[in-house]
Amino acid sequence: MEKIVIIGNGIAGVTAARHIRKNSDNEILIISAETEHFFSRTALMYVFMGHMRFQDIKPYEDWFWEKNRIDLKFDYVERVDTDTKSLQLKSGQSVNYDKLIIATGSKPNKFGWPGENLNGVQGLYSYQDLEMLEENSKTAKSAVIVGGGLIGIEMAEMMISRGIEVTLLVRESVFWGNVLPQKDGELINRHIKEHHAKLRLHTELKEIVDDGNGNVAAVITQNGEKIDCQIVGLTVGVTPNVNFLKESNIQIDRGVVVNEYFESNIQDVYAIGDCAQFTKSVNGRRNIEQVWYTGRIMGETLAQTICGNKMAYNPGPWFNSAKFFDIEYQTYGWVFAKLQEGEKDFYWEHPKGKIALHIVWDSSTSVFKGINVFGIRMRHQLFDQWLKGQAKVEEVMANLKTANFDPEFYSHYEKDIIQKFVEETHKNVDLKPKTWWRKLITNA
Amino acid sequence: MKLLKNIGLAIFLLGLVIFTALPFLGSFKMSEQIMLEQLSEQELGNLQSDFEEKIIDVEFGTSSAFGNAVIDIYNTKNEELKANEEWDKVMYTQEKEFAFKLAKASTTGFVADNKLLLFFLSFGLGILGALIYVYQDLKLLGPAGIKNDGVYHSAAQNRGWIGIVTFLWLVSFYVLLYFNPHIIVNLTNVVDPVKHLFNPEAGASQWFLYGFLYTVTMIVMGIRMLIKYRHNKYQVVRTITVVLFQLIFAFLMVEILPLFDLPAKDLKNAWPLDHYFLFDWNVQQLLSSGHFGKFLFFWGIILSIIVVPVMVYFFGKRWYCSWVCGCGGLAETLGDPYRQLSNKKLWTWKLERWLINGVLVFAVIMTIYTGYHTYNVYNNPDMDGKDILFGLSAYDVRSWYGFLIGSIFAGVIGTGFYPILGNRSWCRFGCPLAAYMGIVQRFKSRFRITTNGGQCISCGNCSTYCEQGIDVRAYAQKGQNIVRSSCVGCGVCAAVCPRGVLKLENGPEEGRFGNEGPIVLGNDGFKIDV
Repeated sequence: MEKIVIIGNGIAGVTAARHIRKNSDNEILIISAETEHFFSRTALMYVFMGHMRFQDIKPYEDWFWEKNRIDLKFDYVERVDTDTKSLQLKSGQSVNYDKLIIATGSKPNKFGWPGENLNGVQGLYSYQDLEMLEENSKTAKSAVIVGGGLIGIEMAEMMISRGIEVTLLVRESVFWGNVLPQKDGELINRHIKEHHAKLRLHTELKEIVDDGNGNVAAVITQNGEKIDCQIVGLTVGVTPNVNFLKESNIQIDRGVVVNEYFESNIQDVYAIGDCAQFTKSVNGRRNIEQVWYTGRIMGETLAQTICGNKMAYNPGPWFNSAKFFDIEYQTYGWVFAKLQEGEKDFYWEHPKGKIALHIVWDSSTSVFKGINVFGIRMRHQLFDQWLKGQAKVEEVMANLKTANFDPEFYSHYEKDIIQKFVEETHKNVDLKPKTWWRKLITNA
Repeated sequence: MKLLKNIGLAIFLLGLVIFTALPFLGSFKMSEQIMLEQLSEQELGNLQSDFEEKIIDVEFGTSSAFGNAVIDIYNTKNEELKANEEWDKVMYTQEKEFAFKLAKASTTGFVADNKLLLFFLSFGLGILGALIYVYQDLKLLGPAGIKNDGVYHSAAQNRGWIGIVTFLWLVSFYVLLYFNPHIIVNLTNVVDPVKHLFNPEAGASQWFLYGFLYTVTMIVMGIRMLIKYRHNKYQVVRTITVVLFQLIFAFLMVEILPLFDLPAKDLKNAWPLDHYFLFDWNVQQLLSSGHFGKFLFFWGIILSIIVVPVMVYFFGKRWYCSWVCGCGGLAETLGDPYRQLSNKKLWTWKLERWLINGVLVFAVIMTIYTGYHTYNVYNNPDMDGKDILFGLSAYDVRSWYGFLIGSIFAGVIGTGFYPILGNRSWCRFGCPLAAYMGIVQRFKSRFRITTNGGQCISCGNCSTYCEQGIDVRAYAQKGQNIVRSSCVGCGVCAAVCPRGVLKLENGPEEGRFGNEGPIVLGNDGFKIDV
């Protein structure tokens, strides 16, 4: 029996702990300085907007941890000593480990803007950020959100729910333009405006103006526009939260440098989740993956290794999802902002402009590469199978009815989509009637 | 629009205040003639002299004061008769029903003269104000989509002071309705004009008042539901359906059937929710009402034994609980603002299984008693103690059941506690029909809520807005489907999910539990049971 110590109680660390418990009798300790119990980071916005209370975003009841013999410590790790295999905590205590898992996540980026440390300037990542936003929004009338990404639009939605005016500064020509293709982004642009948020495209932050008392008064953009505000949301990406390791022997670059087994340069020290930086890209992915789902997959995978079933990180086809105000987004496989060489794509949008489908395939082999859907839900398992099995785009399109995961009675647009698809691509696709989706998987 | 919304609220509150003040308005005076009309021969013999001395032509300010005077005389006399062992003279009418009937007939003064006006000032203003209030949300809440902003900041929806006041009002209303109808005679008086649309001869009973209020509430709050969930067709279709079932089957049909001398039965009310199905008076009424009555009797049996389980097999119990049932219908409309208050903790799930299945057992036992009694009424009419089985009387068993389950659980707790316990506490903890269908749904059904692979982000919206207190997230984050006996298939978990993870489906039974392993779609090294 070994003592496994996990730093960080986010999705990666907690998933690792749960799976280690399932597969072993090891002693498990999770140390976190953020909250006493695990919560769903992705749901912080819903607490602010009053959809849920903080206790509702904790996926496990508080007794869960003791019952499953996962020890929790609410403390901050100041130093890791890999020679003695011990951790120094802020409380003065020290903790020994046999195996150490670093899962400390991220912190919001700051790029050295003048005024970025004023009161009212903040990101949204941690529980403490939520508390700060609660405080900052008490008297605020307007907010400027810098950065067109997922956290940015969440912050915009949060502010609007409290009647705070929002201006979004977006560097690209469309929202989330480094990920979404132009048309997809335009759809989101329109929806943002429908919610009365102001959208400043091709706009970057130059500086944040002090009101004279250390609080935010306004921002000035690179274009010279001055926008009054009391809150500035900095949502221009996140960075691994690994400063506390700088004095240790553990190799740090931007994150903790690990191989595909999550092993750092030091024996028995692993890193997973947002703070792990792979030495080489796994399956064509980024070296640092700051996504809920990948954190969870890494946790599952490392738990196997810790419990004696050594397993490399080998994530299946990419998938992700988000919600932009009222518009749901799902993606399976790769749809890049700019079409890659040798790729073709097809875009369909509902006349009302809130529902869309964007599919990409290899132009020479017709192999399906990826899909973005807005306002339509699709079956993950089916797309997972198609991507793994290198299905042709014709097969995917022909089976759209079966792939649909919308609630019952929803309007269906497969006919319109296929009609336009055939017109544009001259491919031969017959829309198949809906079958029970599992049959499609068994046949694949 | 915000202003209009507030005006709507003010109008609604004015109507509510007038409605609440009604029991204190008008006066009650019984004439000699009313006494002679309303009292049976036996009652006249027992009570006439006392009535003439203390009641007749005396003006009472409220139905409560009038009723209490009547009850006082009635009980004193009955006790005297029992003390003297004059058993043939003892009266068996419920004293509060008796007081209600007499107060109703003795309504005079302002209320009696202004029923229609007061109807418009109470119900009319209430409905108008509520409609204005909910209609403004169409614009105020912004584009169609999930609108739960501020639910937990709201004093009405998060057990704040408005919630507590609402709770006290509702519980008081139920206690008066079930146990002290003589106090709310004026509430029934103002709906007399509505009752007269169906039957110009009859006055509205407290049950007509309740049925009318219930249906009107469901329609108004159904419109709110339609506005709130207008982006979600499942919610739209379901809400319209459940409101129509209430309006047509539970209200209109029940009022219209008696006009043709047919029994006033709610055709969709299945045993054991319809707990008096085998009561002697019900069976007698049905079997003595010609072909239609006999049809209703057999329909009731077929509904419960065949239709209910077969439909649950194909569609899950939602076909009843969320599409047809009146209790469910009120919960889905009036109760929607409170759905997040259901407790999600594991201990409540344990409690729920004991309680609801316990009530089902109680209902079965009660039905055996009443069935035995009714059988004897038909087949052994001369038998002594037709109602006695194992030393207990069927009358006692059914009155315990009626009091504990029918009134306290279903009404006072089931609805009165909406603002405290959430909108489905009756359906979750008490309804024997839900328990029966739940067993079928859990073990033999094509229904499940499918989890969409690995897309769950554990946010908890599904669990929070599950009115049945199911921790949906616990399944979804493991990639498992949700197969639970208590799920009423309202579909709100799928509606509030920000990642499109949940879908209510009827599919092949095989594999309906989905991925039972601990692994969600992720690393390719794992074999996933899809």
